[in-house]
Amino acid sequence: MLDITGVSASYGEARVLDEVTLQVGDGEVVTLVGRNGAGKTTLLRCVMGLHRAMTGRVVFAGRDLTAVPPHRRARLGIGYVPDDRGIYAGLSVEENLTLPPATLASAWPLPRIYDTFPVLATRRRLPGGKLSGGEHQMLALARVLRTGARVLLCDEPTEGLAPIIVDRIGEILREVKRDGVAVLLVEQNLRFAATVADRHYLLAQGRIVESLRNAEVRQREGELLAYLGL
Amino acid sequence: MTSFLQQAFNGLVSGSFYALLALGLAVIFGMLRVVNFAHGAIYTLGAFGAVWLADSAGLGFWWALLLVPVALAIAGTLAERLLIHRLLALDPLYNFLLTFGIALVCQDLLRMRYGSHSQPYEHAPVTGSFDLGLFEFPRYQVFTLGLSVVVCLAVWLLLTRTRIGTIVRAAIERPELTRAFGIDTGRWVTPVFGFGVGLAALAGVLAAPMRAVNSGMGADLIITVFAVVVIGGLGSVFGSVVAGFTIGMLAALGNLYFPVLSQTSVYLLMAVVLLIRPAGLFGKEEHV
Repeated sequence: MLDITGVSASYGEARVLDEVTLQVGDGEVVTLVGRNGAGKTTLLRCVMGLHRAMTGRVVFAGRDLTAVPPHRRARLGIGYVPDDRGIYAGLSVEENLTLPPATLASAWPLPRIYDTFPVLATRRRLPGGKLSGGEHQMLALARVLRTGARVLLCDEPTEGLAPIIVDRIGEILREVKRDGVAVLLVEQNLRFAATVADRHYLLAQGRIVESLRNAEVRQREGELLAYLGL
Repeated sequence: MTSFLQQAFNGLVSGSFYALLALGLAVIFGMLRVVNFAHGAIYTLGAFGAVWLADSAGLGFWWALLLVPVALAIAGTLAERLLIHRLLALDPLYNFLLTFGIALVCQDLLRMRYGSHSQPYEHAPVTGSFDLGLFEFPRYQVFTLGLSVVVCLAVWLLLTRTRIGTIVRAAIERPELTRAFGIDTGRWVTPVFGFGVGLAALAGVLAAPMRAVNSGMGADLIITVFAVVVIGGLGSVFGSVVAGFTIGMLAALGNLYFPVLSQTSVYLLMAVVLLIRPAGLFGKEEHV
């Protein structure tokens, strides 16, 4: 579904991604693990087209995205959940939800969204700025699901959230996965990652240094956490 | 009491010009991140447009109110496409200089054609005064105030009740992110610029029957309007309108009670607001 090949990127002089290659298949959840500054967010931004890759290619469903601007990528089916959730404080919950055009066949109708996220139904007239952290995350996820995105780029969706909400996000990601959606997940919470993901990539200084399966992540949890500085 | 009411009303009328101009500046800044220094010159061109239509074509106020904002909005979209757009990716300073240059060129062209003294414009659509017992109030001023309130309300409805409005508000709040949600924000930049220019031109036409129409009229006004936009919160559409009317009134009342401060009261207020709320009364901290 999503093929990233040899992607390098930099901020000014500083190189933050160095020839990153990875794939995410249909119905597969893949996590990117790494310290702060390892380049995880930049990789997601390169896939979305918000940061220019100096080299390499991003191919989505067989289509090379190199020359495709961000808004076209979104319309093709890439859904972005940014690290700050990207909620518009001045738009109502429903306006936030319906801002991205739902042009794909797999788009979720609004009733399904409100069934899955009942809290958003009760808050739909409130400005996005008035929601709690957990509600922000639900809204950010619901917004990309509504578009029918076939690939989700989720940047630390569980960060700073209560365990019960983290569990809920896990359930939703597993449901999405059953629908055949591919998820590229940036995640520091390894326990959570192991409950939703199929594979993990360890990113250090802009390079993929290791590729891990779930069992390995569970076995080496202590070592990995120490490495991540958590 | 009489003079208080009279001044408060005068203030609201000045405020209606501030609001229309600040509204245009706010949507342009919000969408393009360009501080349009040509805004005062557009206001001036609006007033001269009305004068020119009357002198050369014999077309009265209503024609001017319709044609001048549309014509200047079209000219504005052309200027955006041909000039401003090319500089958007660069440091904002470039567009600051460009729009400032455009303002100077417009002003001097008007001065070459009309000289620097004021042009008469006697085509007010309503004349005479309302006698309110305590004081009299010119009908045209009431008309101006009413029209300005209606236009501000219409813009507010457009922004809050329509799909285009939602897109524009989203693009103003988070320009980059909005593209990641499948919206080609670039498509809306030029129309929004034209719209802001049209509002400034409308203010200019409205000013023609009641203000001195000369090449410097916009330059005098626009400095106050910048203060209004800063007080309301850069890029905040609602803030710019509220601040426009409030400051019009405060300045007029300040003039009555503290004439010494009449020139500086707006800037004192701006300084106080910036100390307490650096993003302005209704502004939000910037996001990428």
